Amino acid sequence: MTQNRLWLWLPLALFAFFAGLAGYMLTQEKDQFVESTMIGEALPEFVLEPAFGGLPGAARADFVGGKPRLLNIWASWCLPCIAEAPQLDALKAKGVEIIGIAIRDRPEDVANFLGQYGNPYTRIGSDRISEVQLAIGSSGVPETFVIDAKGVIRYQHIGDIRADDVPVLLAELEKAQ
Amino acid sequence: MIAEIGLAALWLAAALAVLQMVSGGFALRSVEGAPNPMAIYARPAAVVQAVLAVLAFILLLYAFAVTDLSIKLVATNSHSMKPMIYKLTGTWGNHEGSMLLWVGVLALSGGLLAAFEKRLPERTMGATLGVQGFVALGFYAFLLFSSNPFERLPVPAVEGVGLNPLLQDIGLAIHPPTLYAGYVGLSVAFSLAMGALLTKEVNPSFARVMRPWVLGAWVLLTFGITAGSYWAYYELGWGGWWFWDPVENASLMPWLAATALMHSVSVLAARDALRTWTIMLGVLAFSMSMLGTFLVRSGVLTSVHAFAVDPERGAFILGLLGLYIGGAFTIFALRAGAVAEGKRFAATSREGALVFNNVMLSAILAIVLLGTLYPLLTEAFDVRVSVGPPYFNPAAAIFAVPMFLVMAVGPLLRWKEDKPARIQFEMLLVAAVLIGVIALVSFFGQFPLLPMLGLGLAAALAVAAVLPLKGRKLTRVPSATWGMVLAHFGVAVSLFGMACEGAFTQERLAAVAPGGTEQVGDFAVTLQSVTPVAGPNWTAIEARLAVSQNGGEPVILSPQARNFWSPPQATSESALLTRWNGQLYAVIGNQAEDGRWQIRVWWKPFVTFIWYGGLLIALGGVLAIAGRVKVDVKRRKATAMGDARRADLEALGAAAPVPAE
Repeated sequence: MTQNRLWLWLPLALFAFFAGLAGYMLTQEKDQFVESTMIGEALPEFVLEPAFGGLPGAARADFVGGKPRLLNIWASWCLPCIAEAPQLDALKAKGVEIIGIAIRDRPEDVANFLGQYGNPYTRIGSDRISEVQLAIGSSGVPETFVIDAKGVIRYQHIGDIRADDVPVLLAELEKAQ
Repeated sequence: MIAEIGLAALWLAAALAVLQMVSGGFALRSVEGAPNPMAIYARPAAVVQAVLAVLAFILLLYAFAVTDLSIKLVATNSHSMKPMIYKLTGTWGNHEGSMLLWVGVLALSGGLLAAFEKRLPERTMGATLGVQGFVALGFYAFLLFSSNPFERLPVPAVEGVGLNPLLQDIGLAIHPPTLYAGYVGLSVAFSLAMGALLTKEVNPSFARVMRPWVLGAWVLLTFGITAGSYWAYYELGWGGWWFWDPVENASLMPWLAATALMHSVSVLAARDALRTWTIMLGVLAFSMSMLGTFLVRSGVLTSVHAFAVDPERGAFILGLLGLYIGGAFTIFALRAGAVAEGKRFAATSREGALVFNNVMLSAILAIVLLGTLYPLLTEAFDVRVSVGPPYFNPAAAIFAVPMFLVMAVGPLLRWKEDKPARIQFEMLLVAAVLIGVIALVSFFGQFPLLPMLGLGLAAALAVAAVLPLKGRKLTRVPSATWGMVLAHFGVAVSLFGMACEGAFTQERLAAVAPGGTEQVGDFAVTLQSVTPVAGPNWTAIEARLAVSQNGGEPVILSPQARNFWSPPQATSESALLTRWNGQLYAVIGNQAEDGRWQIRVWWKPFVTFIWYGGLLIALGGVLAIAGRVKVDVKRRKATAMGDARRADLEALGAAAPVPAE
């Protein structure tokens, strides 16, 4: 009889084990960001047409030579990109050259966006099918990459740039010298 | 205003769930013949609660229909440019909305139970409604405290940020609501099981009340899984029909438990055996539904079905899980020993066969559960693993093969006790078909073991499924038996489709220049052109493939590689050519440097039988429900007529005869 009674507790014991495990796993940090595996690698070859009439397009060649630059993946339809616009302006004011890649965008929308939120870019390439975006290991918009003077990807920032991210990016640019 | 009314309805419904729970609890304190005066509120509370929860869901639907961008959920999950049908389906294409749908269906089924079920003793009914109220309360708390679907934005958004393009599909319109209705139907079975356990009234009449709920939930789950499998097949563009993804497993596990429960509740109804086992499965089936919800929404496992991933919500659901499942298992452990033992039976009897298959189903359930949770276990030790078909297929087959064999002969056995010699002829026939087909297939080619076994078992099962009809007058066979025959035949059909897909699929991956032709099986596939096309919220490149079977008239297939904006995402839209004996499945890939296009084409013989089989299984369930309901209505009418006659006789002053039943 006791044996009979004992199996009745088995489901509860199994469940308690699962609940304990799941509870433990919930408290563990889980990495939600998809990091690029291209960090430390050379920027792949690409040539993108201008995203709108006002600025030239972007190519791999534009990143080579002189000083480290920022590559900013953005789009006019992206709300966090509006939030990061003032930080990009702040970076530009510090003398950083920012080259943009507009993802799946239209020229008139790009022009509108820049007219409304300011233009921190020296060049903007138009990536209509996210080809370059995927090639450099970016999985979302916006993302910002530090590219050194040899055209090697040194650092990836995922998500919009907040005010406290600006010094971090400046330090990374310094490190990439 | 709409959002505020919806929120108010939810709060009111939660308050009524408290009333239902308390009043249901008082029902346990009533004594025979004298119902507790506090117990009368449970039924009306359940009905009104159902109305309020459904109202809240309708209001959210309306907010999505008119794209009310002042509501956070609409702004983050919808877009004014989206086609109307996808605006509506977007209501449940996100965490909060789908939770509201879940709660709405939960309340609705509780309300239906309260309004229409009059067969159970009031004590058991009160306890059942009390448990149902307790379960609903937890989910109301979850919605109101951590997933409020009606939350307003401080400033209305200018435009919504869209919907996952994979979810812009008609499959989404039917697949999740069907599954939810199934999961939640199991909640009624759970509440009934707990109610019966609390009052120790585990008997055939309780089983007859529980059976339609289990059958209904099982039919919906079967249909939902079938539809979900087909959706993944054509929408994900990978050519597979089952991926053993955690979310798929989350829907399969309750189905396995419900299948076992459905059979065991039938034994309880017909033979008064398997009492504790039925209760156990009732708890287990709903536990699996809740576990699925937890796995999908807490983000502890990675899956292609990414939902709102939020550890805080995960903790909340885990808390609910601990409360309900932990509580139920505790009550089970304390009470189940006190439930009187049911009727005994011999090993070779229909009950014996059903018990064997119940154990096999539970073993498969354990295999799937273990495989699904294993990554969680190893991740606790910082090892990332992914468990896939190489584990699931053979491990499940170890138990599925004996199960199918017993399933072939089980329905032929008599209740209580039988001699295998009596069904000698049938057993030999089934064995001959099984061995014959396997021998025939292995004569014609080299195929993997499992598909070959599958072909043999499918043929044997198809024959065995109709054997119970042998020697019976077909017009007099009850609908429930027809349902069983059809469902078992459906299993054979589905198994045949799976085995053919596994054994005979032909695949061709090639880079083709426009004008080029590739051969797959009997089909010549010519790439005529590749052109850009645009939809309301996507752009795509579309290939025109002219497909000609054995040199016949060509048919045009147009697979697309779509790019959605807001949010940006690329999807592959497969194009299918369906023939009675299989499907041609085509996808277009990238363009190569030299201007050629990657084309991937499969010929999958009889693959459609997988889903035809699923539909047959579900249809069998529908027939069984119809049969049970018909009998029930007849019985009720007869009782009512008997009551009326007795009342007449009493009025005439004669002695009332004692009713036969």
